[in-house]
Amino acid sequence: MSQVNYREITINGLWKNNPGLVQLLGLCPLLAVSGTVVNSLGLGLATMLVLCGSNVAVSLIRNAVSDAVRLPAFVMIIAAFTTCTELLMQAFTYELYQILGIFIPLIVTNCVILGRADAFASKNSIVPAIVDGVMMGLGFLLVLVAIGGVRELIGGGTLFANMHLLFGEFARNWEIHVFGENYRGFLVAVLPPGAFLVTGLLIAIKNIIDSRIEKRRAAQQAQTPKASRRVRTTGQIA
Amino acid sequence: MAFIRVSSPHTRSANTTSGVMAQVLLATIPGLAALTAFFGPGSLINVALACALAVGFEAGILWLRKRPVMFYLRDLSALVTAVLLGLALPPYCPWWVVVVGIFFAIVVAKHLYGGLGYNPFNPAMVGYVVLLISFPLEMTQWATPAGALADGQSLPGIGDALAKVFAGVPLDGYASATALETLQQRGGQTVADLYSSAPIFASGRWAGNGWEWVNLAFLAGGVYLLYKKVFTWHAPVAMLTALGVLAILFYDNGSSNSAGSPVFHWLSGATMLGAFFIVTDPVTSAVSTKGRLIYGAAIGVLVFVIRTWGNYPDAVAFAVLLMNFAAPFIDYYTVPRTYGHSKAPRSTAKRGK
Repeated sequence: MSQVNYREITINGLWKNNPGLVQLLGLCPLLAVSGTVVNSLGLGLATMLVLCGSNVAVSLIRNAVSDAVRLPAFVMIIAAFTTCTELLMQAFTYELYQILGIFIPLIVTNCVILGRADAFASKNSIVPAIVDGVMMGLGFLLVLVAIGGVRELIGGGTLFANMHLLFGEFARNWEIHVFGENYRGFLVAVLPPGAFLVTGLLIAIKNIIDSRIEKRRAAQQAQTPKASRRVRTTGQIA
Repeated sequence: MAFIRVSSPHTRSANTTSGVMAQVLLATIPGLAALTAFFGPGSLINVALACALAVGFEAGILWLRKRPVMFYLRDLSALVTAVLLGLALPPYCPWWVVVVGIFFAIVVAKHLYGGLGYNPFNPAMVGYVVLLISFPLEMTQWATPAGALADGQSLPGIGDALAKVFAGVPLDGYASATALETLQQRGGQTVADLYSSAPIFASGRWAGNGWEWVNLAFLAGGVYLLYKKVFTWHAPVAMLTALGVLAILFYDNGSSNSAGSPVFHWLSGATMLGAFFIVTDPVTSAVSTKGRLIYGAAIGVLVFVIRTWGNYPDAVAFAVLLMNFAAPFIDYYTVPRTYGHSKAPRSTAKRGK
């Protein structure tokens, strides 16, 4: 337990075990609000905040809660953090809060959060739990923003529209018209089918990259000379 | 003397994939001719453009998937998809509408799901629905039929049509509401009033000028395919019957609330194109005889429901896609009786009973 591999936690959260692309958890908000970058970023940050908070709290009480009642306890913790986040958004980004609507309270039911609480935070000390929360949250956030970006770009021809909802007035003119002002928009990308199509394509791209990496590794292993095998008598042959 | 031992079946069907597809292509010719006669060369351009693009996209995606390109191109299935989509699109729609539609039909709906025989949804209808929800403006501008044109107007020539499609040069008197839209938005008129006042109905006979003959032409093509035994009668007849029965029930004697007569529903919009060329798709429809009856009837019901109470004037594409979803489910509950058994196997029965 003392040997915690932070590098592996990071790789797991961002790539190998990415909540959006590999675990396919939290698809409901992922598909429902990823219409624009600002919506994705807002929900992604909120989810990340709840994830970190609940991971810390679960890690702190992990020795005090018995196995039988652990899930209700975790859910109560997550609900508390979700309410905090909701109130924060209500106070500081009210318009975005209204746009995201039901999906902010629904963070409670996001499987990523309960999954990390049960699978990781309840078995690890506080620092690894924080790192795991940040990395899993970041992985989810990146996937959300990627989907939101692609959908906004294809659906409306813009990027970073309405960013002032999240970052205040100085972000008002971040909007970029990528295809010029005359782009008519390809509505299917903004509608629900677009979310499924874009998510499917992202998963496909990730699988292609993984299989390329795997192939290269296999090729490298095949190239290593085998002569040393004969003389080695102890230890593991890599 | 050596006898070659061949196992059954001993009679070989002459139906090959490319043969069937060629028959279907042949059977669309009357419909295409009627569309051209009543709406001008727009549909011809659509179909030609769609075919060229479909062959290109099909070859490209086959090459990407590392499949034999010529082998699959020769089965003509891409051309059938292209022709059906080209017929369904409004004449004189911009060229990029066709490009997007064919891309979604061939690349997304067909090949991303595994190619011919593996696609759960009818590719042409997927392309059509993607276009309809993405570009509502372009997709609801139908051409005015020849008989309903104002005095002094004529159908656009091939040069004007090409200029409209590729350069966006507007055509005079080009767009008008279809017969279905006119009926849906008649604002409290009785059917008889509408038939005498609206130009599209006044110049027509049963279901709006042009549309009735286009649908009859598709019906003729469908009957030819039935005669050639390309498909069985069950699904199309079930669809048309269900549509007709509902239309009778809600005809309301042609009052201001009427949903239109059965003849109107049979001969307007994409009814006949859908019934004989889309519903009969062997890949995406139900398989058994009973299943096809249910599948076709459900499409007929959905078409009527969406046409009458939905937001979209025509509904064949949506109805077909919804029932494509349901086709495996229908198959699950309509397994036919196998030879030698007295009862059909119940797929719901528990194992070991």
